Amino acid sequence: MDLSYSKEDIAFRDDVRAYLAEALPTRISDVVRSGGELTKEIMEEWHAILQRKGWLATIWPKKFGGPGWTPVQRHIFEEECCRAYAPRIVPFGLSMLGPVLQKFGTKEQQDYYLPRILSGEDWWCQGYSEPGAGSDLASLKTRAVRDGDEWVINGQKTWTTLGQHADKIFCLCRTNPEAKQQEGISFILVDMNTPGIEVRPIRLIEGGFEVNEVFFTDVRVPYENLVGELDKGWTIAKFLLTHERTGIAGVGFSMQALEEVKALARKVRRNGKPLAEDPLFASRIAKAEIDLEAMKITNLRMLFKAQEQGAPGSETSILKIKGTVIHQELKDLARRALGPAAAPFPGHVTEGNLMFGPEDTAYNAARYFNNRKTSIFGGSNEIQRNILTKAALEL
Amino acid sequence: MDFNLTEDRRMLADSLGRFLSEQYPVEHRNKVAYELPCHDASMWEAIADLGVMGALVPEDAGGFGGTGFDISVVFEAAGRVLCPEPLLGATMAARVLVAAGADCEDLVAGAVKYAAAFGEVEAPYDLDGVSCVATEKGDGYTLSGRKAAVYGGQAADRFVVAAKLNGKLAAFEVETGAARVVAYPMMDGGGAAEVLLDDAPAKLLLADAADALEDAVNAGIVALCAEAVGAMEITLNTTVDYLKTRKQFGVPIGKFQVLQHRAVDMLTELEQARSITIKAASDLGTDQASRSASMAKNLIGRAARQVAEEAIQMHGGIAMTWEYPISHFGKRLIMLDAQLGDQDYHLSRVMAAYAA
Repeated sequence: MDLSYSKEDIAFRDDVRAYLAEALPTRISDVVRSGGELTKEIMEEWHAILQRKGWLATIWPKKFGGPGWTPVQRHIFEEECCRAYAPRIVPFGLSMLGPVLQKFGTKEQQDYYLPRILSGEDWWCQGYSEPGAGSDLASLKTRAVRDGDEWVINGQKTWTTLGQHADKIFCLCRTNPEAKQQEGISFILVDMNTPGIEVRPIRLIEGGFEVNEVFFTDVRVPYENLVGELDKGWTIAKFLLTHERTGIAGVGFSMQALEEVKALARKVRRNGKPLAEDPLFASRIAKAEIDLEAMKITNLRMLFKAQEQGAPGSETSILKIKGTVIHQELKDLARRALGPAAAPFPGHVTEGNLMFGPEDTAYNAARYFNNRKTSIFGGSNEIQRNILTKAALEL
Repeated sequence: MDFNLTEDRRMLADSLGRFLSEQYPVEHRNKVAYELPCHDASMWEAIADLGVMGALVPEDAGGFGGTGFDISVVFEAAGRVLCPEPLLGATMAARVLVAAGADCEDLVAGAVKYAAAFGEVEAPYDLDGVSCVATEKGDGYTLSGRKAAVYGGQAADRFVVAAKLNGKLAAFEVETGAARVVAYPMMDGGGAAEVLLDDAPAKLLLADAADALEDAVNAGIVALCAEAVGAMEITLNTTVDYLKTRKQFGVPIGKFQVLQHRAVDMLTELEQARSITIKAASDLGTDQASRSASMAKNLIGRAARQVAEEAIQMHGGIAMTWEYPISHFGKRLIMLDAQLGDQDYHLSRVMAAYAA
């Protein structure tokens, strides 16, 4: 048993760290550090910087333009990106559709779409959830009917993250209503500029906009936009759910959040003493840090297993459940540390906020509320428990 | 023993509850609550006409209430609709004005809106940490210092300020025009302000105000706890309705035992929260008031977080949206922990009694 990184991994980490120090503009990391809104321009700029280095599609194999990293290297990269306050890579094209096309797509689809994902020419979003199909995704109703060389799509998708920026959407559509639920679904690519598509933004709890409803009315796309076999879209959906996602535990983001909480606790003073000296608050930080320390090792154990055995098992659900809870707890502590100073509505914290200055107050409570989503999306923590109940415990 | 409300209080609860649910529905509330001044003057007037501010003041000072249960009745109704109006300031100011023998007529009529400027940046909760200083000047006084998290301060006409006079805690009245007021709407709706006092002319209310200020904070805590109980009740009811109607996997999700039990835990927390609030309301003004208020605020802080987070989680994405009321209830329930002492602060006050 040896918990340390190999010499090669440490050299790799030093390379990544040095690169990020040089390549990541401070004006971008400052936005990430503040928890502020990342504009489309910032996200595209950061993608382009990484792509010039060949480090954008971290999970793609070399032959498709990825760096060909091991799971441990990918983990190190993600950890270093968090450490440097780099923007999160937008996952829909790079981490979701890319691997799907590489496994299920035709040569033509791969040759056409993959370079456009890398270049940033296409911004993809995900058309999975519907108003009536959330946790029960297989009950989705958006209908795709073949009409000659075309699909005609009708229905509604929701929770479409960053759909307001997207040019393209990959959708799960019902293509065979007669078949059993999971057996009548197909995976279809749709250009967002096709007539009949309407995107409506959804305002979120903290006041921001990042998800959308997408309505389809007689939307016609070429038949060859089908990915994989007809009526076998559920296989692709499952592939994505269990696809190796080294970042699912969000360890890097939690480490970032832990440092923020500690810094705040040292900075905030209550009755002449730093909050860090309040044993009640310090014990809250300590408990979260202990959980995170264990989660780091749990995460590495599962990475190691994935590297040895090729594929992770249902245990990744443990990473999702505990990882999101730890991160949410840390965001709770950051809000708690500020006390009443966390109260101002985002956008109203400017020079006029006389308490701790904008960098610590502007988005603090907003991040806590926004992050309640992490235990809901990507398969809610309840669904993850269902998976573990069956797959790990066989109950 | 009698846990029933008196007839008068039940009538107040009913009429205020009916008025707010009809006239201050969540759509209107959200329009008012997140933009300065976070206050609807016509609603405020109507609330005063219903006798709500009168209920916060005892009879011999021009009102018809003033007990902990009067406060809790008002705020439970306010909590059910997340009323953003500056009632907390009126509640706390009334305690100090009454202790000082000052006139409460304008407060009762709603003609003057008060806000309590007690806390400061480095001492948001603890009155012992007040550093704002009062100086005698001519026949009057001036105040210098910086007050933080003055709830309702964005809409107030007058502040009741805690300041040190010759080293002792005193209470003053300051007209808002005499201070620099930096107003902001809050994450969970409603407004507050930072108040900068720079030799601001002030009227002395009480030279020895430590007890009166503590009583005002305790009254404010009863108010916040009752508000939380009202908001938790709506949050639980809405969640249970959703469990009964939202279908996934072919059944209402309320059929899943894991969600049933969690909803029951929310109910249990709500009942505990209700009980500790009754206790704090009952003890207000007695020598047990501070202890009970601290116990209540700690329990409410824990229970409100559980109810808010569980309501959002069990709803799923819909409760993450601005459009769905539960997101606003969730925000209020979470954010009120940091008002007038968070759960850790009040826990430490309960703990402090063990060593003595």
